[in-house]
Amino acid sequence: MTAVRMPRRVPMSRAARRETRHGFLFILPWIIGFIAFTALPMAATFVFTFLNISLAEAEPLRFVGLDNYRRLLGDDQAWAALGVTARFALMWLPVVVALPFLLALAVNSRGVRGGGLLRVLLFMPYVVPFVAGALIWQNMLAADGWINSALRLLGVAHPPSWLNDPAWVTPGLVLIGLWGLGAGLIVNLAGLRAIPAQLYDAALIDGAGWWRRLRHVTIPMMSPVLFYTIILAVVEVMQYFLVPLVLFDGNGDPGGATRFFNLYLYQTFFTFQEMSYGSTLAWLLFVITLAVTLLLFRLSRRWVHYTSER
Amino acid sequence: MTPHAARRVRVAILTIVMFGVVAVFLSPLAQMALTSLKSERQISQAYAPLLPSDPRAFTYQGRRYDVYLVPVGGEVRELALVEKGRTESGFVDPDRPQDGVITWQGSWRALRPSWTLAPQWSNYADVWNLIDFPRLLFNTAAIALIGTLGTVLSCTLVGYGFARFRFPGRGPLFTLLIATIFLPTTVTLIPTYTVFARIGWVGTWLPLLVPAFFANAYSVFLLRQYFMTIPREMDEAAAIDGAGPLRTLLSVIVPQAWPAISAVTLFNFVYTWNDYFTPLVYLSGRPDLQPLQVGLAAFNGLYTHNPAYIQAGTMMTIAVPVLLFACFQRAFMRGVMSTGVDK
Repeated sequence: MTAVRMPRRVPMSRAARRETRHGFLFILPWIIGFIAFTALPMAATFVFTFLNISLAEAEPLRFVGLDNYRRLLGDDQAWAALGVTARFALMWLPVVVALPFLLALAVNSRGVRGGGLLRVLLFMPYVVPFVAGALIWQNMLAADGWINSALRLLGVAHPPSWLNDPAWVTPGLVLIGLWGLGAGLIVNLAGLRAIPAQLYDAALIDGAGWWRRLRHVTIPMMSPVLFYTIILAVVEVMQYFLVPLVLFDGNGDPGGATRFFNLYLYQTFFTFQEMSYGSTLAWLLFVITLAVTLLLFRLSRRWVHYTSER
Repeated sequence: MTPHAARRVRVAILTIVMFGVVAVFLSPLAQMALTSLKSERQISQAYAPLLPSDPRAFTYQGRRYDVYLVPVGGEVRELALVEKGRTESGFVDPDRPQDGVITWQGSWRALRPSWTLAPQWSNYADVWNLIDFPRLLFNTAAIALIGTLGTVLSCTLVGYGFARFRFPGRGPLFTLLIATIFLPTTVTLIPTYTVFARIGWVGTWLPLLVPAFFANAYSVFLLRQYFMTIPREMDEAAAIDGAGPLRTLLSVIVPQAWPAISAVTLFNFVYTWNDYFTPLVYLSGRPDLQPLQVGLAAFNGLYTHNPAYIQAGTMMTIAVPVLLFACFQRAFMRGVMSTGVDK
């Protein structure tokens, strides 16, 4: 980033003042939007957690102290929902980070022809609206859908009943989510293309084989891209609930296995109109996400490698 | 085999494997297309064929009879079942009905029906009317067009501000902008909804359209990066000719940044077209204003018994974004590439 240090004490020239004015004028839409749709609502979410706002009941507005937090501590449903989200995240994150990277390696490799076409075809499902994607996969994962037909052909006598079995619904949702890996693939491909060819040439001269080139050139050079994918994936997975909302109408089927934290939050504020308790849940989600993100940033110093200091 | 030939064989094998993976990856689209053309009757039957088909029937002496695959004398013949019996049944050959009834020993229940190819194009017409497709399509297109217009306008201005002007706090502000990409949207949702509910915007398109006019981080980032690659000498030449900053943006920057602007336009159009959550939250009481995604999800809840209808509706919903992508895939790829790197 190109931060320009302005000398503090020297008064600005007329031209500089005009430039400042123009600059702020152009970025004004974002500043207004940031204050109106990000900063103020964020602060309000925090304030709401100490109030008793509920659109459903016409109770007079009052300060309730830590009541919402006390309710949260004793709310088994909320913690169970957090568990559902955590379990999904543990299964989803490794797949969504590793698979696009590995696919990008394959598509980019000189050992494969038609990389351009592969790239376009793998990206395509990303533009399919996710409601449609979820419904397409509902069909695909049905008891006699193509996935199970293929498993039967491979000799699996009793393939799982994906979306009706609490034990199999999480892997089923992972499969559905993988359909959108196209964007991650392109980001990884762009990262691979940006690695200077000289590094590979030097490694070849040193007699490094395929594995050592991957281990000592590709992965370190790709670490900023991988790090970016991990952070975005964490932020997204913490908020995950829309696919189960569409598939199971938000009732957590099968057997509560899809009652994700964000689904519980959504129902608290949207169905039951409990704004204050909903905000408390949102604040918890935000704090957890922030903590995980900061931890990842802290750990990143050990493995993320930036070529140029900025 | 020479090393050269061995390499070519390896390339061929790897390429075939990769295209196999892609075929599996895209196979849900094929299942969707095939299911959308099936009859309700076919879907409910076990051992039905892969392609959309109807059980074959034959009219004999004024009545319709189902046709079965019957093993007769070492060959399988397609015969119409006219007299059902427990241990023996009577069949008629549809090609030679004048031969009369053929008696066959065995249980007809063990026989498999014969199917003929019969795509149900009428499914599409049915769904078109059931979900009031024209209205959903109009709502979706209107929301996507207005929202995209707002995004492109505002992001071009903001991107230009960050790319071309020096002002105190520019660096930290830009970092703040990028940081909003990583902010969970949930944390701003409830107060925003509460305020929109108070000022009477819930149940209108305003909560979907107004925020679009105030720029979003992804698009500003992409445009700013592109603007920075345009040589400054061109702005300076325009400034010497007496052009103000807005004039310079319109006559120098925009014409040159066309690839980035078109990528941002396409992205936001497809994003808004596909958005489900915002319209779900703000338009749930107003089916007449809802876009396709919300309508399709509601339709799924109502017609679970007929997967063919669901898939036909899905097919109609994905048509626009997939066609746009097919036509402009270069711009799409460029867009993702440039937002993904350099972070």
